[in-house]
Amino acid sequence: MTTAEGVVRARQSLPARIAARTGGGVLRVALVLIGLFWLTPTIGLLLSSLRSPQDIAESGWWQVFTEPAQLTWASYSALLDNAKVMDSLLTTALITVPATVLVVVIGALAGYAFAWMDFPGRDGWFMVVVGLLVVPVQVALIPVAKLFGAVGLFETTPGVILFHTAFGLPFAVFLLRNFFAEIPRELLEAARLDGANELRLFTRVVLPLGGPAIASLGIFQFLWVWNDLLVALIFADSGKPPITVALQQEVRQFGNNIDVLAPGAFLSMVIPLVVFFAFQRQFVSGVMAGAVK
Amino acid sequence: MRTAAHRIDRGTDMNAATAGGPAGPVRPGTGTLRRVKSVAGTRPWVAAAFLLPALVLLGALVVYPIGFSVYRSLFDASGTGFVGLDNYGELFTDERIRIALKNNVIWVVVAPTVATALGLIFAVLTERVRWGTAFKLVVFMPMAISMLAAGIIFRLVYDQDPERGVANAVWVSVHDTFAEPAPYPGAKPRPNAGLTASGGAYTTKQPVRAGDPANLPLVAVQPGDLGEARPATAARPEPGQVTGTVWLDFTRGGGGTPNIIDRSEKGLPGLTVEAVKDGRTVASATTGPDGRFALPAAADGALLRLPASNFAAAYNGVNWLGPALVTPSIIGAYIWMWAGFAMVLIAAGLAGVPRELLEAARVDGANEWQVFRRVTVPLLAPVLVVVLVTLMINVLKIFDLVYIIAPGSSLKDANVLALQLFQSSFGTDVDQGLGSAIAVFLLLLVLPVMYVNLRRLRKERSR
Repeated sequence: MTTAEGVVRARQSLPARIAARTGGGVLRVALVLIGLFWLTPTIGLLLSSLRSPQDIAESGWWQVFTEPAQLTWASYSALLDNAKVMDSLLTTALITVPATVLVVVIGALAGYAFAWMDFPGRDGWFMVVVGLLVVPVQVALIPVAKLFGAVGLFETTPGVILFHTAFGLPFAVFLLRNFFAEIPRELLEAARLDGANELRLFTRVVLPLGGPAIASLGIFQFLWVWNDLLVALIFADSGKPPITVALQQEVRQFGNNIDVLAPGAFLSMVIPLVVFFAFQRQFVSGVMAGAVK
Repeated sequence: MRTAAHRIDRGTDMNAATAGGPAGPVRPGTGTLRRVKSVAGTRPWVAAAFLLPALVLLGALVVYPIGFSVYRSLFDASGTGFVGLDNYGELFTDERIRIALKNNVIWVVVAPTVATALGLIFAVLTERVRWGTAFKLVVFMPMAISMLAAGIIFRLVYDQDPERGVANAVWVSVHDTFAEPAPYPGAKPRPNAGLTASGGAYTTKQPVRAGDPANLPLVAVQPGDLGEARPATAARPEPGQVTGTVWLDFTRGGGGTPNIIDRSEKGLPGLTVEAVKDGRTVASATTGPDGRFALPAAADGALLRLPASNFAAAYNGVNWLGPALVTPSIIGAYIWMWAGFAMVLIAAGLAGVPRELLEAARVDGANEWQVFRRVTVPLLAPVLVVVLVTLMINVLKIFDLVYIIAPGSSLKDANVLALQLFQSSFGTDVDQGLGSAIAVFLLLLVLPVMYVNLRRLRKERSR
């Protein structure tokens, strides 16, 4: 404790100091309790996934705290041999990665055009894109199902990818246009003077400078598509469903298949959680920019 | 060509001064439609090439579907018969959709409000705690996982069996702390032992006399309830007291005589025995470890009653996912997922609140609650509105959580518009006319937000 601090402390009245101390203590205890409360459901899933089906049927996951011997990897090793679940994880990745890359690329192209190119009706077009921000996916389910049916994309992975790309675009264009518009004009003009054409300008100047926004957008879209159930239920190949659909089919027999559901749900969460913890800051700024979507 | 484009550019650009913006750290913009000059004259076909992929996808998969949905909603299930606005009428008359509408109203009112309130509380509480970030991560984490995973998580939480579902485990143990659980659920007297049943209680047919021990044989006691019961002993006659024994009249392995206290038979401790005269309880006692009880002389001539509280079935907790509670329960799961979203946005807003204002209020003698209520909350109002509106739009379309958490038996009680839309469009009783009407209805509900978004864009541009 420095002397200055000591002086300040000494000046406070005793009751004020006690109040500050205990008040802080109560606050800390309250926060720890709330945090535990918030963690409990997830811990419940994790521990359930680490118990045998018999134990799950007989008692709650909290028994593990008194009988740690119950912990077993059996459900996970069974799941790793479960071709359906493993294939579905692969399908999810095969949908999510292209849908993310496409939204970033197409969104960046349009965002750059809206930010730095001049063409007739530019503001009008941009208003349309912003208007589409809040359109619920539900509006498109029936029409796109028909459209995809007509062109052979219904119940195919490319169909799911296109759907997610289209509905990710309004936000992508909105976010990237606003970000690109802040790029200092001198940078672009300098590159222009050096003889760079629009494509070169886009790939060499705009994309590198847009890194933070592109990261936010990419993470946002990645999580969105990875976690999607509704679009996949309708448009995904029912023979090769992504993980959310595969698990949803299991939920119908909820109760006697928790040894599949719990580790399956946890596996489906691993990648989003890794992405989330690795890129918290970008995720948060994506969330902030995406408010009122 | 290039010069022409350049001239148009100059002509339309009213406030080019703001165009480039200050150099410095590049951060996401605020949504202003600031007029920016093109870097140099851009050929229109170049702009078109940059825009084409986005516009084609948006046109084909977002804009065209809106038109088609509106059109389709005017036709019947087969898609050939024009029915005008009948499908919209059905939204308000069909029983299932009425439930869905009612639930959607509950969702839109309750979920965003509670999530925002919690987010506000958490943001304020963590503001000055050093490890506040860790807390925020914990609360924010559920946002990263799918509603499907959250749904499975909460199916486990809400499991009816208190031995398995943590919600009921907690609820039952809290309940049992305040209301003693019955010692012998399901136990009943041996038939022909002189006891009659009424309302779960058992009463002797004949009055008891002091000095004449009463034996009350029970059967159907769960083995687990016996605990530390000792062998039953016959009560000795005591003058001026009504004595007796309550025991489990069952010999393991057989061989016992009914209505007689056999050697290996156990007494039933902890039972309440009441003496009743003319419907009034005049005395009561609890059986000892060997099943014996003793009542004072006042019990002489009374009927003995074993009240229902001895035999009540064990309290089994709340039926979270039953028809009555299923919607509130699922809303609970949603709040678990989204309170973190509210918290993070509000915390960011809080960081922008000038410290001096809060200090000034404190110096003026306001206590912490007043500072919060009169200074912090009003300053945060714009953020709170954004959070509320975002959550409302989100909740309007709620589907996955309900679809996953609600068991089949209470799915119709948990129904919401997006779920009904899914079932009307792709489920068992397909009526895509009705499904389209629900879709258009959902779109109409978010139109005000679309309008506000566009107006804000306009306003900021003209500034």
